[in-house]
Amino acid sequence: MKENKQELVDFAVTARKYKTTLTEKFKHRPIWHKPYAGDVISHLPGTIVELEVKEGDEVQAGQLLLIHQAMKMLNRVVAPVSGVIEQVNVHAGEQIPKDHLMVRIAVK
Amino acid sequence: MTDLSKNILALREKKAVVEMGGGEAAIEKQIAMGKMTARDRILSLLDKNSFHEYDLFVKHDGRDFGMDKKDLPGDGVVTGTGTIFGAPVCIYAQDFTVAGGSLGLQHARKITKIMDHALKMKCPIIGINDSGGARIQEGVGALAGYGEIFYRNTIASGVIPQISLILGPCAGGAVYSPALTDFVFVVENISKMFITGPNVIKTVLGEDISMEDLGGARVHAEVTGNAHFYAKSEQECFDQVKRLVSFIPWNNEHRAKAFEPKEPSAMLNIEEVVPSDPKQPYDVRDVIKCIVDDSDFLEVQQLWAANIVVGFGRMGGETVGFVANQPMVLAGVLDCDSADKAARFIRFCDSFNIPIITLEDMPGYLPGVDQEHAGVIRHGAKVLYAYSEATVPKITVILRKAYGGGYIAMNSRHLGADFVFAWPSAEIAVMGPEGAANIIFRKEIMAAEDQEAMRQEKVKEYTEKFANPYVAASRGFIDSVIEPKETRSLLLHALKFSISKEEYRPAKKHGLPPF
Repeated sequence: MKENKQELVDFAVTARKYKTTLTEKFKHRPIWHKPYAGDVISHLPGTIVELEVKEGDEVQAGQLLLIHQAMKMLNRVVAPVSGVIEQVNVHAGEQIPKDHLMVRIAVK
Repeated sequence: MTDLSKNILALREKKAVVEMGGGEAAIEKQIAMGKMTARDRILSLLDKNSFHEYDLFVKHDGRDFGMDKKDLPGDGVVTGTGTIFGAPVCIYAQDFTVAGGSLGLQHARKITKIMDHALKMKCPIIGINDSGGARIQEGVGALAGYGEIFYRNTIASGVIPQISLILGPCAGGAVYSPALTDFVFVVENISKMFITGPNVIKTVLGEDISMEDLGGARVHAEVTGNAHFYAKSEQECFDQVKRLVSFIPWNNEHRAKAFEPKEPSAMLNIEEVVPSDPKQPYDVRDVIKCIVDDSDFLEVQQLWAANIVVGFGRMGGETVGFVANQPMVLAGVLDCDSADKAARFIRFCDSFNIPIITLEDMPGYLPGVDQEHAGVIRHGAKVLYAYSEATVPKITVILRKAYGGGYIAMNSRHLGADFVFAWPSAEIAVMGPEGAANIIFRKEIMAAEDQEAMRQEKVKEYTEKFANPYVAASRGFIDSVIEPKETRSLLLHALKFSISKEEYRPAKKHGLPPF
């Protein structure tokens, strides 16, 4: 068995540590970070078709920020919170990858 | 020459043409890819001279894009019946040498016909997948074909064993037939399974990944859990299929074939396999080898969610299913994947009259944000559901730790276990002594001058009082505390005793397991 050749590690389950081996999947598990409410991040790669805001603009929650074309759809990306636009990291016509911070809003 | 002999010769010629599949060049290409031809695969898998082919002369349906002028021998799939160790099976193998094994409506109808036959005759169905996907020229006809296969996979589920071999590409919608079957076999470098391939992923998401890294054999055997058996070659894969078939019944009304009972052959001392320190690991498969006939254990999903071990063995000649926590990997915790793995296996055993033996040694559930957000509540609940629902004989042996929710989940008396045995090393408690002492004696520990010394003292106190099998035994939650050496004889006794077990459930259309 492959695992037998691996080194045993201390593995905490509640208050006790057990000697065991780890799986590759466990070692590569995603580590959670608390998201910032004002960050607008792309969930798909695509193209910014229209950009409706610039830095310093005051926006209301639900207001249109930009149109992001992805998966053959023109997706309306709206402000998740009210606040002031702190960063705009895209321009119209730009191709962006997945998980790209497009706009940051300083939350009021 | 008589008319009859002329006709016979004509038949032979016709057959020979179809049996050449896509022709010599295509066959050479197939072999160059390290693959066998569809017919050779069937002949390698089935008992010698047992295969009888159906629908050799079926013609394809394509009328557009010049397809009406094309001849596709057998429409790219070989179907028929045969035996494995004398057990009847229905089988089909897609022929990649004919139009890339692409699926048109008649190709699908050949498959559904043999599936219907399997369901009517109540024998296992084996599908060998090696296809480029839907035959685009046939359009929606091909989609209809897939749908009709999936429908039959579902209707046959739990009635006849369904086995899928992925011996080539199996992409897009085609993957859902194997996904609906009971056991999926993959072979290194040959099997490729995915919903959307590397090209689409590259175009849409910009992620660059090879076919092998995306949906190769190893990925499905180790990461996704979509495959149940992993082999290095097609021949090894066929041997695995045959071994599996020897352990399972023909259908849900039969029991698996009984073999000559044999004593365990492993040179292991069951008393020495499990360390007394509950924090020290061991390979739970060594315990299984000490228990089963001839120490012969067929592990299912060996590489995926290795923190739980599931598989088949025989006791007194009869097939049993094992579910065992594996302290060697992730301390044997339950998590999303291991819960899915166990629950699915339990349901297979229950569907096909295979008694379930549970070997328990687990510290609890895997803590973590990723687990909670992945829905470990829903996944963990599948284990409770599968055990509670099962009406086959259910026997539990608690080897060491049985804490908290994990104790309940692993076929406890409370979920309907028929027999619960515990070794003297068993600890049946609401949680591990350290955690329990920290909570129960929090005030005393905080007030002490030497907090660590007080904590150790209280942990010791709790361990002596509660980390044993006798509290649970005093409530009748376990039937007997047994010596490890008695395990096999008591399991044989329990299995013999439950041979006529009958247990009924309220009539219902179906339950709602936490999918």
